[in-house]
Amino acid sequence: MYPARFEYHAPASVEEALSLLERYGDEGKLLAGGQSLVPLMKLRFASPRALVDLNRIEGLDAIRQEDGHLTIGALVRHRDCERSEALRGRYGVLGDAAPQISDPIVRNLGTVVGSLAHADPQGDWGSALLAAGGHVEAVGPSGTRTISVDDLLQGPFTTALEPTEIVTAVRVPDPGPRAGGTYLKLERKVGDFATVGVAVHLSLANGTVGRAGIALTAVGPRNLRAREAEERLAGATLDDETIREAAQLAAEAAQPRSDNRGSADYKRSVVRVFTERGLREAAETARAGEEER
Amino acid sequence: MTETAVETGVFTRSLTVTVNGSARSAEVENRLLLVHFLRETLGLTGTHIGCDTTSCGACTVLLDGVPVKSCTVFAVSVEGRELTTVEGLAGAAGLSPVQEGFHQEHGLQCGFCTPGMMLASTALLAENPAPSEEEIRWALSGNICRCTGYQNIVKAVQYAAAKMKEAS
Repeated sequence: MYPARFEYHAPASVEEALSLLERYGDEGKLLAGGQSLVPLMKLRFASPRALVDLNRIEGLDAIRQEDGHLTIGALVRHRDCERSEALRGRYGVLGDAAPQISDPIVRNLGTVVGSLAHADPQGDWGSALLAAGGHVEAVGPSGTRTISVDDLLQGPFTTALEPTEIVTAVRVPDPGPRAGGTYLKLERKVGDFATVGVAVHLSLANGTVGRAGIALTAVGPRNLRAREAEERLAGATLDDETIREAAQLAAEAAQPRSDNRGSADYKRSVVRVFTERGLREAAETARAGEEER
Repeated sequence: MTETAVETGVFTRSLTVTVNGSARSAEVENRLLLVHFLRETLGLTGTHIGCDTTSCGACTVLLDGVPVKSCTVFAVSVEGRELTTVEGLAGAAGLSPVQEGFHQEHGLQCGFCTPGMMLASTALLAENPAPSEEEIRWALSGNICRCTGYQNIVKAVQYAAAKMKEAS
């Protein structure tokens, strides 16, 4: 089960990596953690002419809080997020997603940005980062552009990125101390993809909801934002009725298909239940953040 | 968009890594997987190939002390780095505490998953010398054993933790 032959480059800088990508165009492929790409290449679903390995580039492996954002560099592993104190509390949607990705050994190598750029509709980071309102920094031959995660994810394994662009980081705006979030995932066993995943992220302002982000995993052609549920929550008092209605709207936003992981109806129910649970948990964290002030 | 001047490329590379404390070099194909480099190029067949799909953890080795699935890593990508395989666990004094634990507690039946289990356990204990049962099960959740039901594997790791505490 070998991959097809490929050329291999391990550039020492982003600039060098960009010039390699320009040289190979859509026949070049970036390697970060490799936990999705290597299996695809072994199956020859992907046969790039050249691999451009980012792992020798310094400065891409940090989680930083700066200029009102949390920044996760292109070489930050799932493992780093799992162990990061920064990804608790207000960034709980990210911190709770991390340990639910695949299994602990895969998490040692796999990266957040790589997973996002892979755009598997069953990927967990897409939902967590959609809910958190994240965006990526994409560096290309003509400079850097910012792409919201919502615009980045276009469909199954399809993103808005050009083959000559490199995502150097994903960034999440600081929601302030009165914020919380969580990620709930139903999986058949460790290492499996989600049957259903729900990401919830919300901030409170004077007892009502400021911004709410809700995103769904494995119930559509890409990670889906439950916009109507988000809109129902914005500005509302987070009482039982609001939570129930938002959860119902999230379930309606899901586009599940029946498969060996469960029927469409079942998955829709899980979305509803997880959204309700997630909202209660996120609200609790947000209120605790409020009390600390 | 694509204008590729390269018609014939370079598909091999000279690779030097440290394996179980010794520097090892070879000319390898870029597409060679780390597990095949270890087993076939270096003849270290203690690392097993199980599922070959990043699921089972039989091929787990330590990369700079961190467990990785060697069926899902290209050998060329670990240039200059340090690898530990099951052959590197025992020291001059004999079996490592983890190896001794798997022996004493009978943490295996067929033994196929054992090298990967022992390497994942070794990394766990390096980071967390006194793990709870839940932490052990969590840390080994990327390694599948089809025989034991995991009971004795957990006991083996607990044995190793106690042994290491005693020795320190």
